[in-house]
Amino acid sequence: MAALFFCVPIYVILVTSFKSMNEVRLGDIFALPQRWTLASWKYAWFEACSGMRCDGVSGGFFNSLYILLPSLVLSISLSMLTGYAMALWDVKWANGLLFVLFVCAVVPFQIIMYPLIKITGFFGIYGTTFGVAVVHAILALPILTLIFRNFFRSIPGELTAAAMIDSGSFWRIFFEIVLPMSGNILIVVLILQITSVWNDFIVGLTFGGHDAQPMTVILNNLALSDTGENNYSVDMAAALLTAAPPLIIYFVLGKFFVQGITAGALKG
Amino acid sequence: MPAVEFRNITKKYGASTVLEKLNLKIDDGEFLVLLGPSGCGKTTLLNILAGLLEVDDGEIYVGEREVSNLDPKDRGLAMVFQSYALYPTKSVRGNLKFGLSARKLPSDQIKQRIAWAAKLLRIDHLLDRRPSQLSGGQRQRVAIGRCLVKQVDLFLFDEPLSNLDAKLRTEMRIEIKKLHNQLQNTVIYVTHDQVEAMTMATKIAVMNKGIIQQVGTPDEIYDFPENLFVADFVGSPSMNILDCVIDRANDSVSAVDQCDDLVFELNDYKWRQAATNGQKVKVGFRPEHFLQLNGIQPTAKYLRLERRAQFFEKSGRDAIAFLDLPSRTIAARVDPPYADRYRHERVIPVLLPLNKINVFDAESGQRL
Repeated sequence: MAALFFCVPIYVILVTSFKSMNEVRLGDIFALPQRWTLASWKYAWFEACSGMRCDGVSGGFFNSLYILLPSLVLSISLSMLTGYAMALWDVKWANGLLFVLFVCAVVPFQIIMYPLIKITGFFGIYGTTFGVAVVHAILALPILTLIFRNFFRSIPGELTAAAMIDSGSFWRIFFEIVLPMSGNILIVVLILQITSVWNDFIVGLTFGGHDAQPMTVILNNLALSDTGENNYSVDMAAALLTAAPPLIIYFVLGKFFVQGITAGALKG
Repeated sequence: MPAVEFRNITKKYGASTVLEKLNLKIDDGEFLVLLGPSGCGKTTLLNILAGLLEVDDGEIYVGEREVSNLDPKDRGLAMVFQSYALYPTKSVRGNLKFGLSARKLPSDQIKQRIAWAAKLLRIDHLLDRRPSQLSGGQRQRVAIGRCLVKQVDLFLFDEPLSNLDAKLRTEMRIEIKKLHNQLQNTVIYVTHDQVEAMTMATKIAVMNKGIIQQVGTPDEIYDFPENLFVADFVGSPSMNILDCVIDRANDSVSAVDQCDDLVFELNDYKWRQAATNGQKVKVGFRPEHFLQLNGIQPTAKYLRLERRAQFFEKSGRDAIAFLDLPSRTIAARVDPPYADRYRHERVIPVLLPLNKINVFDAESGQRL
């Protein structure tokens, strides 16, 4: 029953997006469209105005993609290697590093926002999708490293001992033994990161400048403009377009996510 | 030149010292078993040899080389673990190949070694399976195969048979022993199971609390234990040990049981140190050394006991009679038919050959 209650707004959004503005103005938000139309969807994707640009949310979609992919690659590769080293190799100051990671994981973004702006400006990546990706990666590193470290700690000690006697090489053991065993945790981390990066607003707003705004920012501009009429159906369609990718990913990979958690993946 | 040598090995964990100045030499071709209860340090010693643990002090030699500072992969040894530790995402062939590719061997040599090891261990039909598709015994053989393909002279086993059921354990024991005879390499084998130790070893090193109690052949350990710990640990059921006092009277030495009424005449005992009158000792004898009264003339070389048996523990092959002494019971092994014969009389006569007795000093526990 509670689930149904939460579905009500989604139902309204869905239904409104398929109506023409004439029907929307009738004000009956729960009514199914008398005439189903995709015009709002087309308009939202191709032509809606965000600030001074009228490209629709499609530009934002590609920006979000260009932000998402590098941030995934950077954050996952770095945190996975660091977690692996901390869990299975004798690292000096491992405990100290662990403590620092814990602290960093709980520090709010707003505290480091301004220094990050200066740093990205210094490196010339402020206002680019790559810059936004880097910031996302930085913010995700502490928690992801902890997740990977905990997962790799659950690998039986005798397995790593056998690998040490066989090969003893940091990279070979990582690629041939540890990585193939990491399927579950990788899916968990991917889903976490994809939803977090795609749905993010503040990092994209702060670091996107004019050219690198992700879909969420475009949506915000579009839906909250003051001038002209509020084309609700277009707003709804744009919102659904923005929310769709993580939802699709979750539907596809979701069962692996649950498997990953119940297999003890998120002990941290 | 010994195959393996430990010199003054010391290992501490925080405040507790697990091993202190431990010295041990193992000859080429030996099958040495490190035997002891849990926590005695035998697995620690094995891991130190393998290079998985660092020592606080001491040196380790494999052959002529000092390996104390070398990585595990450079020490020229191979190891089998209790949980087999097979790589779960690789096939059997992949498991065997991993160590060899890491050593950058040419691929035809790798293929050759894998084929040889697979044939020897009868796992050639399993090469494409994953570990999760194998039975316990098969996994164990793959783990041994992983060592074989390395073609090193030193094999380490860490309680490899503990995870197998009893029948499989017996089979694998024979296989491992046969392999050792075939390859003539040096094996160091850790276990807490004395049956494994006695049946497989050429030499046993009994350990307790980080100290080596005795090193000897299985027969030496069984017949002439050096101290009370070894005497009690090896043998099932355990050796009967009684508190006695030495009585020297007119050139004859005997041990008088303090609490009960037994007298052990020890004139023919092979003393290492002369026992003094009144010295407190412990006298030990094994349940299986008792003889039945089937046509043996009880001479002075035997101690005859006729006691009430409280109850019998029968196991098909043996019947252990628990004989009543005034203050305790002692165990005596007889044949099941013999036990049945005397069951109704409740008093069972048995003979103990006096040359099978062990005498230990009560304070130090050392053999006299």
